[in-house]
Amino acid sequence: MKLPRWFHRFGSPPYVYNLADAIAPWLGWAALVGIAVGAYWGLFVAPPDFRQGEVYRIIYIHPQTAYVGMMAYTLMAVSAGIGFIWRIKLAHAVAVSAAPIGASFTFCALVTGAIWGRPTWGTYWEWGDPRLMFELLLLFLFLGYLALRAAFDDRDKADRVSAVLAVVGVVNVPIIHYSVEWWNTLHQDPTVSNLSEAPSMDTSMLLPFLIMVLGFTLLFYWLLLRRLQAEIIDRERGTRWLQSLANEGAG
Amino acid sequence: MPLRSFKLVFARDLRIAFRRVSEWGNPLLFFIAVSGMFPLALSPDRLMMAAGEGELYGLQSLGIGVLWMAALLSALMGLDRLFLSDVEDGSMEQLVLSPAPLLSVVYGKLAAHWLVSALPLIFLVPILGIVYQLPAPALAMIAFAVFLATPTLTVLVAIGAALTVNIRSAAAVIGLIVLPLCSPILIFGARATVLALDGDAAAGPLYLLTSLAFLAVSLGPIAIAAAVRVGLE
Amino acid sequence: MSPTEATLEITDVALTRGERALVAGLSFSVGPGQLALVTGPNGSGKTTLLRTIAGLAAPESGEIRYGGRPIAALEPEERGQLAYQGHFDGLKKDLTVEENLLFISKLRNSSDSVSKIMHGVGLSAFRDRAVRHLSAGQKRRAALAGLRLSGSRLWLLDEPLTNLDSAGRELVASWIGEHLDAAGTAVIATHLAAGLERPGSMLVEL
Repeated sequence: MKLPRWFHRFGSPPYVYNLADAIAPWLGWAALVGIAVGAYWGLFVAPPDFRQGEVYRIIYIHPQTAYVGMMAYTLMAVSAGIGFIWRIKLAHAVAVSAAPIGASFTFCALVTGAIWGRPTWGTYWEWGDPRLMFELLLLFLFLGYLALRAAFDDRDKADRVSAVLAVVGVVNVPIIHYSVEWWNTLHQDPTVSNLSEAPSMDTSMLLPFLIMVLGFTLLFYWLLLRRLQAEIIDRERGTRWLQSLANEGAG
Repeated sequence: MPLRSFKLVFARDLRIAFRRVSEWGNPLLFFIAVSGMFPLALSPDRLMMAAGEGELYGLQSLGIGVLWMAALLSALMGLDRLFLSDVEDGSMEQLVLSPAPLLSVVYGKLAAHWLVSALPLIFLVPILGIVYQLPAPALAMIAFAVFLATPTLTVLVAIGAALTVNIRSAAAVIGLIVLPLCSPILIFGARATVLALDGDAAAGPLYLLTSLAFLAVSLGPIAIAAAVRVGLE
Repeated sequence: MSPTEATLEITDVALTRGERALVAGLSFSVGPGQLALVTGPNGSGKTTLLRTIAGLAAPESGEIRYGGRPIAALEPEERGQLAYQGHFDGLKKDLTVEENLLFISKLRNSSDSVSKIMHGVGLSAFRDRAVRHLSAGQKRRAALAGLRLSGSRLWLLDEPLTNLDSAGRELVASWIGEHLDAAGTAVIATHLAAGLERPGSMLVEL
C-alpha cells in the first residue's frame, strides 16, 4: 500500500516541528478563550437544573474530559498503527505524545465523576456505574501502554511493540465499553440519575456545554503539539537542523 | 504446509510440557491455594448476616468472583514464558525463518498451552466451587463458562507474553496490559455463573463468551505474530 | 530459482542499533559457490548485518535481495533456501538431540537422514540425551547438524566456531567447503577469519 506523496512531508521532523510551532499558539489561545467563556457561561450564567440543582454543572467538565480521553486513545492507536505499517517514526512520536495527555484527561474524568457522585449517590465510588468503571479501565489501558514503553531501553523497539498493544487495545475498547454497560444493566437503580444519559438540554445549557467540548478539544491538541515538539527534540538530538535552531534561539 | 507445521509445533510444545510439569502445574496449584485460602479473609457470620435469614447467598456470590479472578491470575502466571523460552534459546528465530508460516506456529503453541494450562482449570474450578457451597447447577455452569472463556484468556495473555519478550521483569507488565482487556470475560463469565446459581437461563452471557472466543482466536494470533516478529528485531 | 540466480545482493545498506549508526553504504554480492567473510571488532555490527540479511530485522536504508527478490518478500518455500545460525543454538533443552533434529528436519521438509547427520557430528552416542545435559561444544555441534539438515543454499553463520574444539572446527570448515563446492553460498561473521578462509573468499570488513 502506497501513501500519497504529500503525506511524506509529515515524515520530515523539521517540517512537522515548525508546523507545530506555527499552529500551537493559535490553538492554545483559542482553547483558553473557549474554556474561559464556556466555564463562565456554564457556571454562572446557565440556569440550575430542575432535578439536580447546581450539582449538574459537572457536565461542563466531566463529559469533556471523558471524551478527550477517548479521543486521545483512538488518535494514539491510529497513529501508532500508521507508524507500525509504514515505518514512520513521527507517527510513533505522535502516539507517544498523546498517551500521557489522554491518561491525564481520563484521570480527570474519574475524579470529576467521583466528585459528582458524592452529592448525587452519597458515595464517591458508585461501583455499579458503568461510566466510572469504563474510565478506570481506559486509564489502565493508557497506563499499560506507558508501562510497556517504559520497560524498553531501545526507542525503536518500544515504538513498534507498543504500537501492537495500542491497536489491540483500540479493537478491545468498544468490547469493553459494551460489556461494562451490559454489566451495569443488572444492578442499576432506575431512580438514580446516570451521568451517561444526556438529558435533553435547554439551549442555555447546551451552548456552554458545546463550547466546553470545543475548548477541551483545542486544549488537547495544543498540549499534543507542544509535547510532540518536545518529543521531536528528544528524538532528533544532535542533528544539524536542531542545532541551528538552537543557535538561532540563542542568538 | 500450514497444518503440518501446526501439528509439529503443537506436538513439540506438548512434549516439552510433559517434561516440565512444574511450569504449568505451579499456576494450577496457585489457583487452588488462592481460591482455597480466600475464605480465611472473610468473616462468614457477616456474610450470612448481609444475605439475611442465614442463607449462603453472600458466600456463594463472593465465591464466584473469587474463582473467576483466581482463574484469570493463574492464566497470567502460566503463560508469561510462552514465547520467552523460545526466544531465549534461539528456537523462535529458527521458527520465524523456517518455511512454516508464523501464524500456524503461533496457533500450534496456543493450542498446546491451552491444553495443558486451561483444560485442567476447567476441572479444578468446580471442585474449588465446593468450598463456596455452590450448588451443582452453578458448578456445572462455571466449568462450562470457564471452558468458553479460556480460549480468549489464552490469546489475551499470549499477546501480553509476546509483547514483553524483551523485558526483564515481564510478569508485572503483562498483568497491567492484559487485565483491563480481560474485563469482558470476567463480566460475562461471572454473570453466567450467577444466573445458574439463581436457576435462570444463562444463554445470553454464554453466547457473548463464545463470540469473544471466536473473535480472539481469529484475530489475536495476527497481533501475536506481529509482536513476535518485532520482539526478534 | 536456478542456482545461477541465487545471488545475494546487498546494496547501499545502512544499519543502526538503538540510536547508534553501525554501518553505512555497505554493498557487496555473493553468488553460488562463493563465501563472504564478515569481519570487524566487537560491536561493529556483524551480528546485526547477518540478522538483517536473514530478514529478522529491516535495514535502516538500502536493499537486500536474494535471487532478485527483496528478502522480506520471499515466499515461505523460498525462505527455506536460507538458513541462519546465530549465537543461540536454537535447540529445546528439554528435548533429546534426536527429537530436536527430527523437529528441524520435518519443519524444513528435509530428505537427509537424521541418524546419518548425527553420526557425522559425532553425537550418535548422545542421541537420547536431553540437550540440557550436553556440553557447550556438543550443543554447537547439534545446532550445526540442524543447519546441515536444512538443505538451504544460503548459509548465514554468526561465529560458527564458538565453543568448538579443533576437531569440531575442522568439521565445520569441511562442511562449509562441501556446501560451497555444491554451488551453495555462505556469509560468515567471525572475528577470527583464520581457519575459514578459502581461495576466492571475499572479505567484508565492517
